[in-house]
Amino acid sequence: MSILKVFLIIFFLFNLNTVKADNQEKINQITKNLRCLVCQGQSVYDSDSEFANSLKTLVKQRLDEGLSENQIYDYLKIKYGEWILYDPELNKNTLILWLLPILIFLTGGAIIFKKFFLNIRK
Amino acid sequence: MKKKLLPFLVILIFGIIFIIFYKGLEDTNIYTPNLNVKKNIPTFNSKDFYSDISLKSEDFFEPDKIYLLNIWSSWCVPCRQEHPLLMMLAQNDKINIIGLNYKDNKKNAVNFLQELGNPYKKIFIDLDGTKAIEWGAYGVPESFLIYNNKIIKKYIGPLNQNLINEMKQLIK
Repeated sequence: MSILKVFLIIFFLFNLNTVKADNQEKINQITKNLRCLVCQGQSVYDSDSEFANSLKTLVKQRLDEGLSENQIYDYLKIKYGEWILYDPELNKNTLILWLLPILIFLTGGAIIFKKFFLNIRK
Repeated sequence: MKKKLLPFLVILIFGIIFIIFYKGLEDTNIYTPNLNVKKNIPTFNSKDFYSDISLKSEDFFEPDKIYLLNIWSSWCVPCRQEHPLLMMLAQNDKINIIGLNYKDNKKNAVNFLQELGNPYKKIFIDLDGTKAIEWGAYGVPESFLIYNNKIIKKYIGPLNQNLINEMKQLIK
């Protein structure tokens, strides 16, 4: 019986550990995608400013409350605007940004295809 | 005809890209927050500075009253500079100055107020900085002019005489 107890305790300890680690990983993932607005060129994850530290605490609190990653982004977008996210969303202003690589890729592909096709026919 | 079209297209596309990037150079790369947004004030729970009683922001802010929420801290040097201006503004009956004590040590904060005076009608405590984020603040000092539960204007950084005059114009 005592062996079972010890086993159970160890099992729970390990379990708790993974829960905590998961959460920290999630916090890191989210804060890496947040721009530290008071420091230039740093993410919240990288920065140790007061602002960044508060944001880290806030992200942790929100995760503990059960909010998803996207809900946290939406919340911060309302507070600080879209600039706080490193990953820009697809909208009217960022349309060119998102479509340009695809357009260039297609044009390049068309050029290559045309050359290849013409060479074979010759 | 077709052979001429391709180089023309390539030049056109690169031309467009060049124009977009060239225009982009003119934009400032320093983040400039929008100061005139009329947002609803956030709801948050905090503690009262002197009595440590839990406070709900929605019970506190009344509509049709003008408030100035000032985020301050005893360790913040610019707060010390703007404090006399807040003391002056506190004499104006139309405006209620509310403090949000940001990441501060209570003893230092009390000393700060004893030394320079207390312009605040009420002070909320923000120990970990998360309440300031609810307000969309960047740091200390920062002030928000509030009317009808809406943020009318945001002042980032220390207040100065010009801003106080502007504020007085706004609340007339």
